[in-house]
Amino acid sequence: MKRWESLFWPALVAATGLTVWALGVRLTHTSIFPSPVSVYRGLVELVSKGLLWRYIADSLFRVGSGFGLALVTGVPLGIVLGYYPVAFKTINPVIQIMRPISPLAWIPLSIVWFGVGNLAAVFLIFLAAFFPLVMATINGVRNIPEIYLRAGHNFGLSPAAVLSRVMFPAALPQILIGLRISLGVAWLVVVAAEMIAVDSGLGYLIIDSRNAGKRYDLVVAGMLLIGVIGLGLDTAIARLDRLNFIRRGKSL
Amino acid sequence: MLKSALALDEAANRKAKTKLTIEGVGMRFSEHGKSVDVLDSLRLEVSEGEFVCILGPSGCGKSTLLNIVGGFLKPTSGAVYIDGEQVDGPDPRRIFVFQERGVFPWLTVEGNVGFGLFNLPKKEKQERIAHYVKLVGLQGFEHSYPQELSGGMKQRLEVARALAVNPDMLFLDEPFGALDSITRLVMRGELLRIWEAERKTILFVTHDIEEAVQLADRVVVMSVRPAQIRRIVEVEIPHPRDISSPRYLKLRDSIFDEIGLAHQV
Repeated sequence: MKRWESLFWPALVAATGLTVWALGVRLTHTSIFPSPVSVYRGLVELVSKGLLWRYIADSLFRVGSGFGLALVTGVPLGIVLGYYPVAFKTINPVIQIMRPISPLAWIPLSIVWFGVGNLAAVFLIFLAAFFPLVMATINGVRNIPEIYLRAGHNFGLSPAAVLSRVMFPAALPQILIGLRISLGVAWLVVVAAEMIAVDSGLGYLIIDSRNAGKRYDLVVAGMLLIGVIGLGLDTAIARLDRLNFIRRGKSL
Repeated sequence: MLKSALALDEAANRKAKTKLTIEGVGMRFSEHGKSVDVLDSLRLEVSEGEFVCILGPSGCGKSTLLNIVGGFLKPTSGAVYIDGEQVDGPDPRRIFVFQERGVFPWLTVEGNVGFGLFNLPKKEKQERIAHYVKLVGLQGFEHSYPQELSGGMKQRLEVARALAVNPDMLFLDEPFGALDSITRLVMRGELLRIWEAERKTILFVTHDIEEAVQLADRVVVMSVRPAQIRRIVEVEIPHPRDISSPRYLKLRDSIFDEIGLAHQV
C-alpha cells in the first residue's frame, strides 16, 4: 500500500461508519440512541465541566498502579518459576486454577477486603494483569536456550549477573508479549472496576450517565474514549518492541 | 635450518608440559530407569599449546567428554586435571565454543566480544574488543547484530568472544557443523591462523575425519558407546597442510580403516 492509501482507506471506512450511524439514527427516529453529533456535543460538555481529563487521568492512574504492581511482582515471580523446575511444579497448579477466574468474579471479595474505593479497583486490575505476565515470563525463561546460560556461567558471571545479563535479555521478547496482553486486559477491567467501586473514571462515566438521566450520548462518548485510549496504550507498548536490543533478541 | 631447529625445540617444550590430564573418566547416564554407559575409563594427556581433535561417530559420547573436561558435567568415575588442578566446574580460563548459535542475539558484535570482559577498565576493554574483532576479520561490523551476519561470521564472532577473555584452553564442540562445506574449509584455515597467533590449547570435537586430519596435532579416535580411545594418530605434517599429499592421504585413510569405513562411495 502506498502511504496515502494507508491513511485514505481507514479514513474512508471511518467516514462511512459515521455516515451510516448518523443516517440510521435519523431514519429510525430513535430517542434513545444518540447521533454522532450529540455524542460530540456530549464530549464538549464533559470538557467544559472539566470532567473529561479528570476521568481519563483517574482511569489511567488506576491502570498504571495495578499494572505497575503486576509488573514488579509478576516478572520476578515468573523468572523464579521459569528457572527452578521444582518451584514451577509446586506453584503452577495454584496459578492454573486462579488464572481462569475472571477478575470480575473477585469484585465482591475485593470490596470486602479493600472497601469501595480506589484500592479495590487497583486490586482487580492487578489480578487481571498479573497472570498473563507471570505466564509469559515463565515461558520466556523456560525457552532460553541452554547454551546462553552455559556461556554465562563459563565466562564466570555471578548468579545475579547471569540473571540480568543473560536470562533477562533472552526472555525479554516473551515478557514484552506478556506486557502487551496484560495491559490490554487491565484496560478492559478498569472499566468494570470503576462501574462498581469508585465515582470517577471512564467506567464510572458510562454507568453514571445511564443511571442519572439516561444520557446515552455520554455513554457512547465514554465507550469511544475507552476504545481510542486502549488503542493508544497498545500502540505505545508495541513501540517498545522497536528498541534495537529487544527486537534483535527475537531471533532466538 | 635454524627455524626448523627452533620449531623442534618448541615442540619439545610443548611436549614437556602437560596441560590436561583425563584420568580414568567414565560416565553413566540413567535414562528411564535404565543406565547407559557412555564413556569407559578414558585416559588422555594433552600438552600445552597442543591442538587435539576428538573424532568419533555421532552419539559416541565425545561431546559428553568435552562437557566433562569443560566442567559442565561431573564424571561418574575418574577425574580431569588441568594444570594439576582437578576440574570441578566451568572456568573463564577455559572457554567452550558451540556452533554459531551460541552468540547472544541481543548484543552487537562489540557487545558479544566484550561479554566476558566485565572486570576490565573501559579503555582496556575497548582495546581488547578492537583487537579480537580485527583478529577474526569482523572490522566494520562492530555495531551489527548477529542476525545480520552470515553463519561463518557468527562462528568467528563466537571464537572472538572466547579469545577476548584470554583463556588458556578452548573447547570446540563441532563448531563448524552447521556451516556449508566451503565456509567450513575457510573457517578451518581461520582457526589455524588464530591458533598459530595465540597458541591456545585446543580440544576440538568432530565427526569429520578430513577435518580432524587437517587441523590436529593429534587425532584421538573414539569407539562407539561405551566410548573408549581406539587409537591416537599423530599428524606430524606442518601447516599449511597439502591435503592431496600422499602422507596426508595415508593418514586419513588409516583412520577411515580404523573406523571401518570403505574408501569408495
